[in-house]
Amino acid sequence: MPALSVLPSVEAHADRGHAVPKAEARSLSFFYGDFRALKNLNLVVHEERVTALIGPSGCGKSTLLRCFNRMHDLYPGNRYQGEIRLFPDDTNLLAPNVDPIEVRMRLSMVFQKPNPFPKSIFENVAYGLRVRGERSRRALEDRVEAALRGAALWDEVKDRLRDLAFNLSGGQQQRLCIARALATDPEILLFDEPTSALDPIATASIEQLITDLKQKVTILIVTHNMQQAARVSDYTAYMYLGELIEFGRTDELFIKPKNRQTEDYITGRFG
Amino acid sequence: MAYARGVEQVRALIVRHKRWDMIFGLFGLFALMLGVLTFVALFVDMAIDGVPRLSFDFFSNFPSRRAGQAGILSAWVGSCLVMLVTAFFAVPLGVATGLYLEEYAPRNWITDLIEINISNLAGVPSIVYGLLALGLFVYQFGLGQSILAAGLTLALLILPIVIVATRESIRAIPQNIREGAYALGGTQWQVCRDHIIPYSSAGILTGIIIGMARAIGETAPLITIGALTFIAFLPDAPLKAEPPFVSFEWVMSPFTAMPIQMFNWTSRPEAAFHQNAAAAGFVLVLMTLAMNGLAIWLRYRLRKNIKW
Repeated sequence: MPALSVLPSVEAHADRGHAVPKAEARSLSFFYGDFRALKNLNLVVHEERVTALIGPSGCGKSTLLRCFNRMHDLYPGNRYQGEIRLFPDDTNLLAPNVDPIEVRMRLSMVFQKPNPFPKSIFENVAYGLRVRGERSRRALEDRVEAALRGAALWDEVKDRLRDLAFNLSGGQQQRLCIARALATDPEILLFDEPTSALDPIATASIEQLITDLKQKVTILIVTHNMQQAARVSDYTAYMYLGELIEFGRTDELFIKPKNRQTEDYITGRFG
Repeated sequence: MAYARGVEQVRALIVRHKRWDMIFGLFGLFALMLGVLTFVALFVDMAIDGVPRLSFDFFSNFPSRRAGQAGILSAWVGSCLVMLVTAFFAVPLGVATGLYLEEYAPRNWITDLIEINISNLAGVPSIVYGLLALGLFVYQFGLGQSILAAGLTLALLILPIVIVATRESIRAIPQNIREGAYALGGTQWQVCRDHIIPYSSAGILTGIIIGMARAIGETAPLITIGALTFIAFLPDAPLKAEPPFVSFEWVMSPFTAMPIQMFNWTSRPEAAFHQNAAAAGFVLVLMTLAMNGLAIWLRYRLRKNIKW
């Protein structure tokens, strides 16, 4: 199974060395009550690479993403089976003795619809740090600025950090949410269809941001848009009805899919 | 006729259908006016009788055997102090209950049962709360006919209102805001303290004030627990000149309240006392309207920053 995980990096990544696994799902199944939404998945997420999850609606791609930060623990009746290993410490994120809060402190998430808090721009970005007990004004200001720069939003908001986050445009709000997620130095950044509520210009700027961010952080992104997966990702997983149909390097999967179903989906014959 | 064909028939049909628009519009307006005008008529009638009696002395005099000298000092002070005790108990208990039910309680039949019971409590007649309070607070706990006993009784009465308002405004917070806070690694309490409570505070405050406005006009439970109708002294002052500066002796003091005072005056035979009652009623209605106005203003102020 992990044959794909050690693919030598050619062209695009030649200058960045070999891809190292950052996380790995092993025999992962997930149940909403009795309904089995994910079926025995195996998937490797590589360090400082973008991995995209694609597939038709209801294929379980968001469900899979939400396993990584234990979002499903918020609702009763949900159950995981199998494991998600996080490296280098080889922690099983799904283990019952691992607190979901610990998992969420290590992995950040950006949601489908921008969900800034009804607080100031500054307080939005600082919230993750406050949760972690940061009280120093200076430290907060430095980290907030760094995160806003990281999310390519600093120049637009530096003069109005006390303004309400709701006054920003949709695209700015989503970049604010990315800054909020970046402020705590996550090991993996999870994106759940981050551009589905945005216009094409805002989408382009988020995509550019994702490409820039992978220099520093591992990214796992769910997208309903195949072109987006092709543009931003290094690895792509195609899912259908809760199963992982094909996983591989994006350039290979899009040009020469090994599986007939994958080919039908990416060529638009189905989906 | 099956269905309308042709322009002529369609136009005729629309005219016929629109007739019902107007019929319902008129009926709705009538229903609305019936309620509003009744209140206005009562209020104006009371104002005509009572307003001439209003003066500084009316607010600063104790009740008296002579109608012309009687005032509502002990009544409005009593009402305010009882409200203070009511808020002190009803707000933390009600908000905590609502928050727990929405954010913490597991969804199962026990929770459902508790929820149904809370809705039912809101419908229990206030005299029943009075009887409960008489047995429990006045006799069992030995609180006597005090401000504390009255405040606790009214707190019990408005607790369901506060709980329901808390729950409804918490439920209005979109789930993705909650998820955003949890995704940053917040614990349940951090999410409640930093997000759920601040974002629902407008609705909670509105609920509290509406509950208090209801409580301030309650008469039956206060009579049941034995509020006095003639009090010519004020409770012990809560603030003192000498250390420790605060005193809680007032909570055990006997008291009267605005509606009790009104009730007492209306049961007198002399017409002059009826005027006093109208004036006190006018003040009481103004107090209630002021509280409701405050609720509307607060909701507007606090919601200005929140739009989902």
